[in-house]
Amino acid sequence: MAVQLFKRTKQLELKVDEILDLVSQSAMAFDQAIDSYMSEGVSERFNQRLEQVVALEARGDKLGLAVELQMYNETLIPDARGDVLTLLEALDGIIDSFKSVLFYFSTEAPEIPESLRPYYSELAKLSGAAAESLVLAARAFFRDVQTIKDHLHKVHYYEKDADVLVTKIRREIFEMDLPLANKIHLRFFAERIVWISDMAEDVADKLTIYAIKRTI
Amino acid sequence: MEVSILVFLAGGLFLGWSLGANDAANVFGTAVGTHMVRFWVAAAVCSIFVILGAVISGAGAAHTLGKLGAVNTVAGAGMAAFSAALTVYWMTKLGLPVSTSQAIVGAIIGWNLFTGSPTDSGSLMKILATWVACPLLAGVIGVLLFKFTGKLVTWAKLHIFRLDAYTRGGLILAGALGAYSLGANNIANVMGVFVPSNPFTAFGGSELFHFTAIQQLFLLGALAIAIGIFTYSKRVMMTVGSGLFPLSPLAAWVVVVSHSIVLLLFASQGLEHLLASNGLPTIPLVPVSSSQAVVGAVIGIGLLKGGRGIRWRVLGGIASGWITTPIAAGAICFISLFFLQNVFNQRVFQDHAYVLSPPVVEKLAAQGVSSASLAALKDRRFESWAALEEALGALDTPQPALEKTTRAFAMIESLTVARSKLNRLQGSSFSLEQRAALRAMIGAHFLHRWRFEAALAEASAAWRSLALTPSNKLANRQLEDQREEAYLLFRD
Repeated sequence: MAVQLFKRTKQLELKVDEILDLVSQSAMAFDQAIDSYMSEGVSERFNQRLEQVVALEARGDKLGLAVELQMYNETLIPDARGDVLTLLEALDGIIDSFKSVLFYFSTEAPEIPESLRPYYSELAKLSGAAAESLVLAARAFFRDVQTIKDHLHKVHYYEKDADVLVTKIRREIFEMDLPLANKIHLRFFAERIVWISDMAEDVADKLTIYAIKRTI
Repeated sequence: MEVSILVFLAGGLFLGWSLGANDAANVFGTAVGTHMVRFWVAAAVCSIFVILGAVISGAGAAHTLGKLGAVNTVAGAGMAAFSAALTVYWMTKLGLPVSTSQAIVGAIIGWNLFTGSPTDSGSLMKILATWVACPLLAGVIGVLLFKFTGKLVTWAKLHIFRLDAYTRGGLILAGALGAYSLGANNIANVMGVFVPSNPFTAFGGSELFHFTAIQQLFLLGALAIAIGIFTYSKRVMMTVGSGLFPLSPLAAWVVVVSHSIVLLLFASQGLEHLLASNGLPTIPLVPVSSSQAVVGAVIGIGLLKGGRGIRWRVLGGIASGWITTPIAAGAICFISLFFLQNVFNQRVFQDHAYVLSPPVVEKLAAQGVSSASLAALKDRRFESWAALEEALGALDTPQPALEKTTRAFAMIESLTVARSKLNRLQGSSFSLEQRAALRAMIGAHFLHRWRFEAALAEASAAWRSLALTPSNKLANRQLEDQREEAYLLFRD
């Protein structure tokens, strides 16, 4: 019985680790997809990355549900169950956002002026980096709560940089000689990308509280 | 078996049920209260281990008849048990973790007051002192263990789910051990008084399977405890587990372990022997309350965390329960005994007769009492202690300081080493040498118990107390229990 219990625990640990891997992988795929969009538009390479993120999101949903069910059925970590579920749902939300931004690019194919493209690539990198730092913080929450701060401050750093950059992009868009509809369209994409880093920051704030709860 | 014994046995079973309803919370309350272990799992594990503890290890402690030993009639014992049980039940109904030992102590004092028997003030003070020392010590151990566990967990960097699994396993393991010792230590309180009038007989004569009469009696008591756990312990578990202070699962484990350490420190004869045999100072063996240990540990951890989360009102309720429990049990016992004796015509107290026989006078003279002053009372029989006391008081040179010794030596506790009772030795705890010494005494009759014990010591070295050194304490205590057992076997 005890062996069975520890086997199930090990499997649960692996599932949570895999969810975190999925977030990290989707951040990288997102970054690469935006890069390829900026250089080639909706190309085969872009679509491959989009499909990759879609598959990662589906796998994440499945794993998240399995972890949630096991935690409730076996009444695991009663004191931190709510926190863990909120965290996993928020991480799933981040993968979901990567997917939806890529879908917007795929379906609406915005025409991004040459001069703004490096900014969009940079913005995607900052959002991806914020998400990856969040993944490291989440790993620390599960295993080594003392080191969580080492990663959380990076999330805030990237989010702040992304905020500065998106303001710069907005200003440049509206200084350009483009029809208003195009300007609004371009702004929409910049805001969708920066929104991911905002999400990562919100989760990081929650993680700070969860970590305090775990240490006392 | 007499019907009246069954009626009074019900008092003991009620106490068993109350013990299960209340004390099970001490070992599994924090686990259930923090939702780490489901109530049904806790109840099942607790019941199984209480029964195992009572049947396997309970018999060893039974010869002293537990703390109710002084109550010398079944009716009195049944009523004392019933009074203690009623008080515990009442407190359990209020959801308060009360101390069963306190209720029993209160009931015994009630019995003493009703029957005019003396209460040993030294023992009472010792017990009262532990009611303060035990929660304090549990609190200190809880704080130290909590800090140590916190550091260990940080160092080990366990995954949150792994830590959860280990904590769960630890809670069940600590709870099972706690339940085992609960059964072993408390069964004598529940059933010990019925040992002399045990209605069961031993069966299964083989070496592998032998079920003594005492074990059967204790199994019955343990079943009563198990029923108490299943039917009524959940509420106290929730008070202990989350009502007093919101505990984390790890803190819950620390509480259970601290409580077990405190009980072990005060109750382990083995530990005392180990310390003594290594020339280390020993810890006095005093009966302590597991409820107080648990509450002490919870509060200790609460204070370590700043004390803001402690629900002082709940704590106040529990602490006032500790004061009202012995008083209520004593009052209920006193009033019930009055009705039992005067309305139902039951004998609740057996007063001993006393005689200042020549060996008694000789023994008292050796203790410094002038035999000339006792000459007037020589060979006179007194039907009660009060009568002897009055006679002693009327002497030219009264000897009030020697009341205790006179009482112990002059008491008539006659016994005969009858051949017909020798078959009872089979289920006893005596060694072969001790049995041989008893067989050699067939037909001997003794008026006083101390004379019987002296004869035993003379007949065999196996019946002789060892030199009074700390390392011999355990062996001497066992011998004392065996002498009690021998007296109960052969008394007239």
